Amino acid sequence: MTEAPPASLPYAPLPYSPAPELSGGPVRRWPVVIVGGGPVGLAAAIDCSLHGIPALLFDKDDRVSDGSRAICWAKRTLEIFDRLGVARPVVDRGITWKLGKVFHGDQLIYSFDLLPEEGHKHPAFVNLQQYYVESDLVERARQMPGVETRWQSRVVGLSEDGEGVVLEVESPDGGYSVAADWVIACDGARSPLRDMLGLDFVGKVFQDRFLIADVKMAAAFPTERRFWFDPPFHPGGSALLHRQADDVWRIDLQLGWDADPEEERQPEKVIPRLKAMLGEDAKFELEWVSVYTFQCRRLKRFRHGRVIFAGDSAHQVSPFGARGGNGGVQDVDNLIWKLALVIGGEAPDSLLDSYDEERILAADENILNSTRSTDFITPKGPGAQALRDAVLSLSAEHDFARRTVNSGRLSIPAKLTGCGLQTPDDASWAGGVAPGAPCPDAPIEDALARPAWLLDRLGGAFVLMAREEDLASGNVRDAFPGIRDLAVLGIAEAGEALRSDSGVTDVSGLLTERFALSPGSFYLIRPDQHVAARWRSFDPKKVRQALARAKGLDATHLREIA
Amino acid sequence: MTVGGVNRDDIYEALVGLHHGLDAEQSLLVSNRLILLLAEQIGDRDAVLQAIEAARLPDPVDRKRG
Ligand SMILES: Cc1cc2nc3c(=O)[nH]c(=O)nc-3n(C[C@H](O)[C@H](O)[C@H](O)COP(=O)(O)OP(=O)(O)OC[C@H]3O[C@@H](n4cnc5c(N)ncnc54)[C@H](O)[C@@H]3O)c2cc1C
Repeated sequence: MTEAPPASLPYAPLPYSPAPELSGGPVRRWPVVIVGGGPVGLAAAIDCSLHGIPALLFDKDDRVSDGSRAICWAKRTLEIFDRLGVARPVVDRGITWKLGKVFHGDQLIYSFDLLPEEGHKHPAFVNLQQYYVESDLVERARQMPGVETRWQSRVVGLSEDGEGVVLEVESPDGGYSVAADWVIACDGARSPLRDMLGLDFVGKVFQDRFLIADVKMAAAFPTERRFWFDPPFHPGGSALLHRQADDVWRIDLQLGWDADPEEERQPEKVIPRLKAMLGEDAKFELEWVSVYTFQCRRLKRFRHGRVIFAGDSAHQVSPFGARGGNGGVQDVDNLIWKLALVIGGEAPDSLLDSYDEERILAADENILNSTRSTDFITPKGPGAQALRDAVLSLSAEHDFARRTVNSGRLSIPAKLTGCGLQTPDDASWAGGVAPGAPCPDAPIEDALARPAWLLDRLGGAFVLMAREEDLASGNVRDAFPGIRDLAVLGIAEAGEALRSDSGVTDVSGLLTERFALSPGSFYLIRPDQHVAARWRSFDPKKVRQALARAKGLDATHLREIA
Repeated sequence: MTVGGVNRDDIYEALVGLHHGLDAEQSLLVSNRLILLLAEQIGDRDAVLQAIEAARLPDPVDRKRG
């Protein structure tokens, strides 16, 4: 797992300079300190900057992630990356795909299309090596005002002093301490911060081993996810083949619990296995080879006072379904706007408990799906094995069995339905986007008739969305003079005149259809693009109440508004 | 014996017949195929879960279920 990285990879050391604290410079107290510069910590730093919060990020290493790690980035992550300003390089360099095929033996039993409909800015999935994604995030973080990144800086101690947190840091030039109001622990699955707080990380280890190889080859395989149960080239095990950027392919081969991990990662073992799969004459180079055992675990709570866990430090999943990194990026999307409101004094600190509620719900969904997939791929005991094999044997003929075949239920965003910040519907809706669900994208045209996307207009702040005519007749733009963080977005039909510069046109009708945006409908949308509330008619009091509720203001505040 | 239109002896005979000439591994496979087909046919999650509960073996003393 830790051979020298190939020279072609973006492994230039990240810049290090001695911390100002070491030369008697001013010791400032940071509103936010982020521990860990993986995808989750870096995304958090960028999002803090977008919300105007200065953030200091520590990482113990001076390089982006090496080895075989995340490759599949889901549509929701790309949408969040777009808000953070890093979607472009990820999508441009990445491999766009949406088709998957599952084989039993050499028979194709099931294929799926993850994004069967048009009218979304981002594809269902992009495959890109984690080191590229991290490089893009590092570059973006460097541009962001108020973000400071300190590489080769390991956090080794943590204490709380009533008002905040003090972190002990070790760097090549010595140790020092830093004070923070809030700490976001993004220090990965082995999280030292978790240990410093004495927190348990409980769950399930799957008794199986997987060979994960990243292989460079000019191959003519299609750009789709291919998964085999019991293929002729690897009898009795499962196999996965998936394309990454630069002609690198991810190959997973199931080895079984009895395999010796040290032996199995030796080229003399690996190359014959790969040749059996790719053909005797296939030309390839090994970029990385590892043998993994997978697990699904999480912290009981993600928020511990002023220390908040996000990403793999909070929850770990097996990779079938690509829910690890994608889930972690959604943690950030959920957390930072809340933290910004709390830091700005606009919301009580209990708003952060909703991060626990919402992201534990999401983590449990990810753990459930990843566990089910791994249990299907790695049946435990003879009974489970026989049942699994029965599903596969029925799948050629029976649709229900094909749908039961589970090679990974790929990451989709959690619907935060029923969580406390959302206001439940007070009228019946035929379709549309229910409170808690993330907004779907749709093509639009801006006031200058330029093509754009709905999600470009949502996010960062609360948005009240309705039809242009309803905004005008309700004098809605004048109804909220005192609420500076509520933007209003008017939607016009094709051909209808816009009544304000901030209005947009639903040229294709897809927006109206996806939101069931009939006359009189209003949506209140959170800074993370999830729906907070919706109504069939406009009532400024209800909007104010829903907004207060979405900010975690308690019953007293709600009564004042009412 | 027929109760409510179901002739249990017919069904039992057909079930036994399914295993005719099979070894233990094949029997296990065919049983599982049948279970999956029946569960799909019933199509009622609660009814299926109820039957699964009814089928469960009593807890061995040293192994808690869960
Ligand atoms: C084989 C495999 C395939 C995967 N495939 C996918 C996929 O396709 N899609 C997907 O979304 N996810 C996938 N994942 C999961 C994904 O890699 C992780 O979920 C993701 O890396 C988590 O990001 P993170 O930022 O939370 O943690 P990490 O990426 O682990 O980053 C943690 C960071 O914290 C730093 N750190 C640790 N301790 C300290 C300390 N004391 N002081 C300072 N810094 C510290 C580390 O140096 C590291 O940079 C896969 C994982 C594996 C193993």
